[in-house]
Amino acid sequence: MPVESLFPRLEALLPKVQKPIQYVGGELNSTVKDWDSAGVRWALMYPDAYEVGLPNQGVQILYEILNELPETLAERTYAVWPDLEALMRAEGVPQFTVDAHRPVRAFDVLGLSFSTELGYTNMLTALDLAGIPLLAADRGDDDPIVLAGGHAAFNPEPVADFLDAAVLGDGEQIAIAITEVIREWKGEGSPGGRDELLMRLAESGGVYVPRFYDVDYHPDGRIRRVAPNRPGVPWRVHKHTVMDLDEWPYPKKPLVPLAETVHERFSVEIFRGCTRGCRFCQAGMITRPVRERSITTIGAMVDAGVRASGFNEVGLLSLSSADHSEIGDVAKGLADRYEGTNTSLSLPSTRVDAFNIDLANEFSRNGRRSGLTFAPEGGSERMRKVINKMVTEEDLIRTVTTAYSQGWRQVKLYFMCGLPTEEDADVLGIADLAKKVIRAGREATGSRDVRCTVSIGGFVPKPHTPFQWAAQADHETVDRRLKALKDALRGDKEYGRAIGLRYHDGKPSIVEGLLSRGDRRVGAVIRAVWQDGGRFDGWSEHFSYQRWMDAAAEAGVDVDWYTTREREENEVLPWDHLDAGLDREWLWQDWQDAVNDVEVEDCRWTPCYDCGVCPTMGTEIQIGPTGRKLLPLTVV
Amino acid sequence: MPGTVRPPPGGTTATRKDDSTLKPVPDGPPPAPVAQRLRVRYAKRGRLRFTSHRDISRALERAIRRADVPVAFSAGFSPHPKISYVGAAAPTGVASEAEYLEISVTRRCDPGGLRTALDASLPPGLDVLDVVEAGAGSLADRLECSAWRIRLPGADPALARAAVERFNAAERIEVERLTKKGMRRFDAREAVVSLEAAEAAEGAETTAGQASSQSCVILRMVVRHETPAVRPDDVLTGLRLVADFAPPVPPEVTRLAQGPLDVRTGAPADPFDLDRDNSRGGETEPVSEHVGGDL
Repeated sequence: MPVESLFPRLEALLPKVQKPIQYVGGELNSTVKDWDSAGVRWALMYPDAYEVGLPNQGVQILYEILNELPETLAERTYAVWPDLEALMRAEGVPQFTVDAHRPVRAFDVLGLSFSTELGYTNMLTALDLAGIPLLAADRGDDDPIVLAGGHAAFNPEPVADFLDAAVLGDGEQIAIAITEVIREWKGEGSPGGRDELLMRLAESGGVYVPRFYDVDYHPDGRIRRVAPNRPGVPWRVHKHTVMDLDEWPYPKKPLVPLAETVHERFSVEIFRGCTRGCRFCQAGMITRPVRERSITTIGAMVDAGVRASGFNEVGLLSLSSADHSEIGDVAKGLADRYEGTNTSLSLPSTRVDAFNIDLANEFSRNGRRSGLTFAPEGGSERMRKVINKMVTEEDLIRTVTTAYSQGWRQVKLYFMCGLPTEEDADVLGIADLAKKVIRAGREATGSRDVRCTVSIGGFVPKPHTPFQWAAQADHETVDRRLKALKDALRGDKEYGRAIGLRYHDGKPSIVEGLLSRGDRRVGAVIRAVWQDGGRFDGWSEHFSYQRWMDAAAEAGVDVDWYTTREREENEVLPWDHLDAGLDREWLWQDWQDAVNDVEVEDCRWTPCYDCGVCPTMGTEIQIGPTGRKLLPLTVV
Repeated sequence: MPGTVRPPPGGTTATRKDDSTLKPVPDGPPPAPVAQRLRVRYAKRGRLRFTSHRDISRALERAIRRADVPVAFSAGFSPHPKISYVGAAAPTGVASEAEYLEISVTRRCDPGGLRTALDASLPPGLDVLDVVEAGAGSLADRLECSAWRIRLPGADPALARAAVERFNAAERIEVERLTKKGMRRFDAREAVVSLEAAEAAEGAETTAGQASSQSCVILRMVVRHETPAVRPDDVLTGLRLVADFAPPVPPEVTRLAQGPLDVRTGAPADPFDLDRDNSRGGETEPVSEHVGGDL
């Protein structure tokens, strides 16, 4: 069946919408392949606006890897804003890819990358605009396989009814494996239709097909059992882990958008995984073990990426970039290479120690010097022990003193509110800490021209973390503590004006909590919210708490039961059949340790504490140092 | 390396002791001086007409880096490449064959080579058409008027011609448009040097790729650059006001040329003529009546 470009029909709508450039494609390094000669075709979606979705590393990596495969094509699609959605509905224009403007329904796979649960309603919009039935059960052989990945896919149960399949963990190898399963099945003439294809994927143990699992409930609403409902389907589905990141140096050719996006830089993941053991951090738990990219691969990727893109900023990504075993040499090597080229380097997250300032100095050598950011996360010593953020007040003050005395004038501090066992005093401790930071800065510089910005996020308990059993704080409590903190800062004549405070109210966290730890019964709420017009829930101007609460009440879903209820050790959790490699008993012990203020070290430098990931997954920690250095680039 | 703290690298807040103003200046060598200024004419075509001016400036800065153009940077804490956009940019959604900018470089470049390199580094649809070394005089001053073409697919040719006649016969046509300063009311007639309507030939290309079996009207106009600027959509508003003429689908607008108003032709002349004359050192006959820059 010939597939024609939808662009002529879309083009007529573009003069009537905001920022039309986001829908036209044609980005530098984007790929358009011949439709007919591709046996397997992927539409990759980041379910948020183009400006957020385009820079997403996961989508860019898979896009490039799939397009490198012979007889395979991958295109991208993003959430359209409500202005275009309305016009598309009026004119009957379906969801399209931005590469060749092909209709999404014509592809074999619609792969969605969920970094956050707040993209679920946008998925429904895309399915509906594409003409794909919302419920997986209603789809036929002409519909694509709707496949979810990304961190939120570690508990896909709230969207299980809308998904045909989900994959956990690193996508590079499993995307190729799925492509080959589909190619083989199509080559055989698609025997057994959609059901057989899904069965072939499920049998491997690496793809979760929700429809092949039944969920039974206790009379009180807790889950009794999640079990396969047909032979050949494994009881548990395992996550994927790419070993040796040097073998997978993607993205090689970063997409360079014409439209303005949230990150305008070339980013290189310098390692995956983190074993610092922060108990609130889902990413740190589900991406273990630590796998470093070598200094030489990092150097080669930065060189190729900057040449291919023309970006003037390079980001060295990871969950804790300063922990790379050769970060000092990486920073110095890159700063030397790009001396005098107006290319700046950035490091997303920083540890609280003097070494980081050394790094930051190196990184700001060729570019602008903005602020330094540290994340103590908890306002009191006790709180930081609970969350296993091993930073003392003394560390923090020593570090900011060094920063201020070396010419930095602005320090940003990240905290969370609503953490397990948190009391009002823990949050007020943030104000004390911020004041001490300013006092240290004034002493170090002899000037009053120092500032500190405090940013506060609401804590949401996440699956596969020690806090998966915890009660989430209700939004009234969070708002009350934030107000007390605000009053404590604003009312302070000596320090108040030097300290900025940024936070959100507690309501969105409750919805995120419902979606994070929800089960299949939450799907009805998502659908009802979407039907009522819910879109772009990650955007405060589009998010409506009331809409979610009304939909939950309508569906008979008790939001408190899912969010503010503490779980018992033996309760079956909706994601227990999905294996991130973490030993459940270890997680429980870590939760008990948290409550008792017991800290756990990082297994990179201390003996293994048996979280279970390496033996279960057949993986190991991969770190340097390699002892190599970055040489100057040869001048062409 | 942990624990070793380097002395501050070229700090951003260092103060030059001998500077009596004590204004903070960045350490390190000053930026390289400008060796040459080049003037660039470029087009935005097809789907790239949906780029905004900001989109173009980002794309251009990246293309300059990829093409290794030795662009000069401003001094200061956040150095910017020295690129200035000349004249009013064609609005988002409007195609153009004649947008202008000026680049300063630290090393002399061959204009032809720069044209090729920059064009190859820009996405297709942002096309570099012409590059000259800047001569004397301001390029902005030469961009006195624009020639525009408006395609109106599905519009009735007879109605369009009648509307254009009434427009041209009017002395003053007040239109309103929402600008950054709020709703403004201004005359859309006086700046229009010429306006004519024609029927498109069968099978003419359409930027939207639509089959053109239906009738299609082409408006051509030359409009002087005034303040507030009279844009093609203001002229369309004027046609609606004087003759109730409204196109059935969104118009496709293209800026064809910008330059000094040539009184012989009633159209914009090539604003680079003067730069080329200068570089030829007067070998050719002095061309046209715009030498001297006044009309």
